[in-house]
Amino acid sequence: MASRLAKRLGGLVIVMFIVAAIVFFLTRLAPGDPAALMLGDQATADDIARLRTTYGLDRPLFIQFGLWLAEVVKGNLGHSIFLQRPVTQALLERAEPTFFLALFALAFATLIGIPCGIASAVWRGRLVDQILSAIAMLSASIPSFWLGLLFIQFFAVRLGWLPVAGYGDPGAPLAERLAHLILPATVLGIVNSALIVRFTRASMLDVLGEDFIRTARAKGISERRVVLRHAFGNALVPIVTVVGLTGALLIGGAIVTETVFGLPGIGNLIVSSVLRRDYPVIQGALIVVAGIYVIINIAVDLIYALVDPRVRT
Amino acid sequence: MLGFGLFLRRLFRRRIVLIGALILLVLIVVALAAPWISPFDPNAVRVARRLRPPSAVNWFGTDEYGRDVLSRIIYGSRASLGIGASVVMMSVACGTLLGILAGYFRRLDGPIMRVIDAFMALPDILLAIFLVAVLGASATNVVLALAIVYTPRVARVVRASTLVVRELPFVEAARALGVSTWRIMSVHVLLNVTSPVLVQATFIFAYAVLAEAGLSFLGAGVPQEVPTWGTMIAASQSFSDQAIWLVVFPGLAIVLAALSLQLVGDGLRDMLDPKLRKSL
Amino acid sequence: MTDTSPLLDIADLKVAFDTETGTVTPILGVNLKVHAGETVALVGESGSGKSVTSLAVMGLLPRPAGRVAEGRILFRRRSGDSVDLATLPREAMQQLRGGEIAMIFQEPMTSLNPVLSVGEQIAEAVRQHMKLDRRAAQKRAIEMLELVEIPAAASRALEYPHEMSGGMRQRVMIALAMSCNPSLLIADEPTTALDVTVQAQILALIDRLRHDTGMGVLFITHNLGVVAEVADRVTVMYAGQVVEAGPVRALFRGARHPYTRGLMDCLPARAHRGADGRRVVKAIPGTVASALAIHDGCRFGPRCEHAADACRAAPPGLEFAEPEHLTRCIRWRSL
Repeated sequence: MASRLAKRLGGLVIVMFIVAAIVFFLTRLAPGDPAALMLGDQATADDIARLRTTYGLDRPLFIQFGLWLAEVVKGNLGHSIFLQRPVTQALLERAEPTFFLALFALAFATLIGIPCGIASAVWRGRLVDQILSAIAMLSASIPSFWLGLLFIQFFAVRLGWLPVAGYGDPGAPLAERLAHLILPATVLGIVNSALIVRFTRASMLDVLGEDFIRTARAKGISERRVVLRHAFGNALVPIVTVVGLTGALLIGGAIVTETVFGLPGIGNLIVSSVLRRDYPVIQGALIVVAGIYVIINIAVDLIYALVDPRVRT
Repeated sequence: MLGFGLFLRRLFRRRIVLIGALILLVLIVVALAAPWISPFDPNAVRVARRLRPPSAVNWFGTDEYGRDVLSRIIYGSRASLGIGASVVMMSVACGTLLGILAGYFRRLDGPIMRVIDAFMALPDILLAIFLVAVLGASATNVVLALAIVYTPRVARVVRASTLVVRELPFVEAARALGVSTWRIMSVHVLLNVTSPVLVQATFIFAYAVLAEAGLSFLGAGVPQEVPTWGTMIAASQSFSDQAIWLVVFPGLAIVLAALSLQLVGDGLRDMLDPKLRKSL
Repeated sequence: MTDTSPLLDIADLKVAFDTETGTVTPILGVNLKVHAGETVALVGESGSGKSVTSLAVMGLLPRPAGRVAEGRILFRRRSGDSVDLATLPREAMQQLRGGEIAMIFQEPMTSLNPVLSVGEQIAEAVRQHMKLDRRAAQKRAIEMLELVEIPAAASRALEYPHEMSGGMRQRVMIALAMSCNPSLLIADEPTTALDVTVQAQILALIDRLRHDTGMGVLFITHNLGVVAEVADRVTVMYAGQVVEAGPVRALFRGARHPYTRGLMDCLPARAHRGADGRRVVKAIPGTVASALAIHDGCRFGPRCEHAADACRAAPPGLEFAEPEHLTRCIRWRSL
């Protein structure tokens, strides 16, 4: 187990390094001089030249990458000219809505997706299965921003049940801020539940065909117990994987959802930074998101060991 | 190789797959025949008729410039489906090449797969928005960005199939007979990865249509002058309080396209994946 | 052999499966009795319907495709009542299954749940049927592991299936089956997947348990060598039908059906010297006819060297060749 984890960690460090390289070098493909971009329109040629020296922008690209990477490893993601503060600080300030949005959406998608997937597998080929599979496929075909706009119109504007957009006043109590997340989290959860339904169904079908399920039935225990304890217990490894994967995907989905609902989260920050070409923020956000993906992967690996005794030894 | 008639009969054994295929066919025909079936000029501005709700004249209503929404959706299908199809072709071409290289040559496997893993560590939309930001917002660059986003998916599937095919007796036999590596790959491996790639391609088409709309909505995609389903929603979202139809109908077009593609993809997967077929 | 009514009495069983292409009947005419304390072997090639018969008895035919279409499966309960397993409601069947009727399967490697310890898996059945609490059930599980001669049972009960060998797992399966004192044990090819040395141990174990508990055993196998060792009586199946049944000695002495004869001739021990002095093992020509192929007359007819016109005219019924010795061959007298 330990050596397996060490190997995984090694692989993930390499992946992170490549992500950093992609982010750094692709950014340099962008049109325009980064120094000029940092200083804005009023900068003189002298200012630009001075900044280029300060930031080492006149040195070879690979050296620049090394210097930048060394800072990133130390936790310094750079400085946003537009926001006038370090990128890490900017990201942290925006972390709360994104964190809760992703958490609620994942909870929603999991709580809906797993039971639907189990039901679909147990009644495979019957009407329940066909309806649930069709709904799952439909939900994966809906653009989240569109669903968000419709939800805002219906639940917030017409019915007035929930806040239209935003995240409440900065000083508002947590409950009020979280109320602003109900609609966006539901939208994000619906759109991302399909993968969980499909995966749960497929892995339950695999397991239900196994010999030990016949043994369990031959014991005379209830079908409910056969499905929930014996089949689901064995389907957990793939299901944990897909829930983890969905968690990572949600970060991408949050970008769109936050924009629709005007939530001041990281996704919103990324979109604004793209529109105003604030590259340090974009780079930093990409590194952080990839890091979260990697951490989720490690967490999923650790959960395997809890779920499956064959992995433990 | 099974005959085309048998292929279709197997594919449409589930009625819902047939429905999906028919919707898809209608959408494609609409896109191709746009100039002939569209009731109005999609760009004809008539301020007197602005923001009209759906009626017998303008079935899907009119937008803030008095343009006919239905006509714009019909023309928009050209851009939306065209971008999707271009993304599919590019990512399938690049992904197949990378996947076969990684799967067939052990020495290339590690490096290629690590880079693919790195690309997959970034959520689709995030990577796409970053690439568009770097490349500049245009229809071509949206295609390029989404093709980069989806190439790793194809490459993974192709690599997995190649690994399996490489060990199959007939490939080993071909190698033993002295058939050149290039020939083995181009004939045997390519033939055998066709099914999984076809399935992936259908799904990528659906994701690409959705992603293009998302990017356009965020303002980091196709410029709003080009009518795609995504830009139509993005352009008129500020009118959604008074004219919800401006949001509803282009969105439905996206849903129909993505759903029909996924239904067909699902049908193909059921039919082509022997493991799944057994369990059905 | 006891003189009370049989423990299990299958009469004219017909099992149907609904498939996409229509209904198939893999079982068409099975008659079989098992008395308490005896071992009845059910013999046949793969595809002959042995396993489907056992699943029908257990009420484990794959749902919703499979069902008992005709016939009855009478089972004498511990209380003395007889119930028809073919029509028993699902809940009542569930109580019998694992309690009064237990089953062990062919594949010990895949028949145990990989994520539960073997002790838990046995205790689960005990709690279900014997209404014991968790601790008492765990204790019973350890006793059962001792019963099947697993050393250090208390610590092995905590192990998971992947930590055990195939023979050990099959012992666990037996412990599981025996845990609620079944009066009928169905053993579906329990030794086929095991090494020869382990096979003999498992056979001896099952036989000892039968002797000690007085349960009836329905032993399903394709291996006539095993039959000779363990069975009191034998029932031979071919293409979904019983073709011959009788005491094991009677069958080995004088089989009354050409198919049984063919099976016996396949035994290496019975190989005879050919003209050149080498031992020749005879094989039955052809393969089991597909259950989908419908034809009149004797089902074994197409592969039978004794087939006559009368055999093709009408399906043969089961008739007594001797007391207790049944055959489904109209020409048994001339064999």
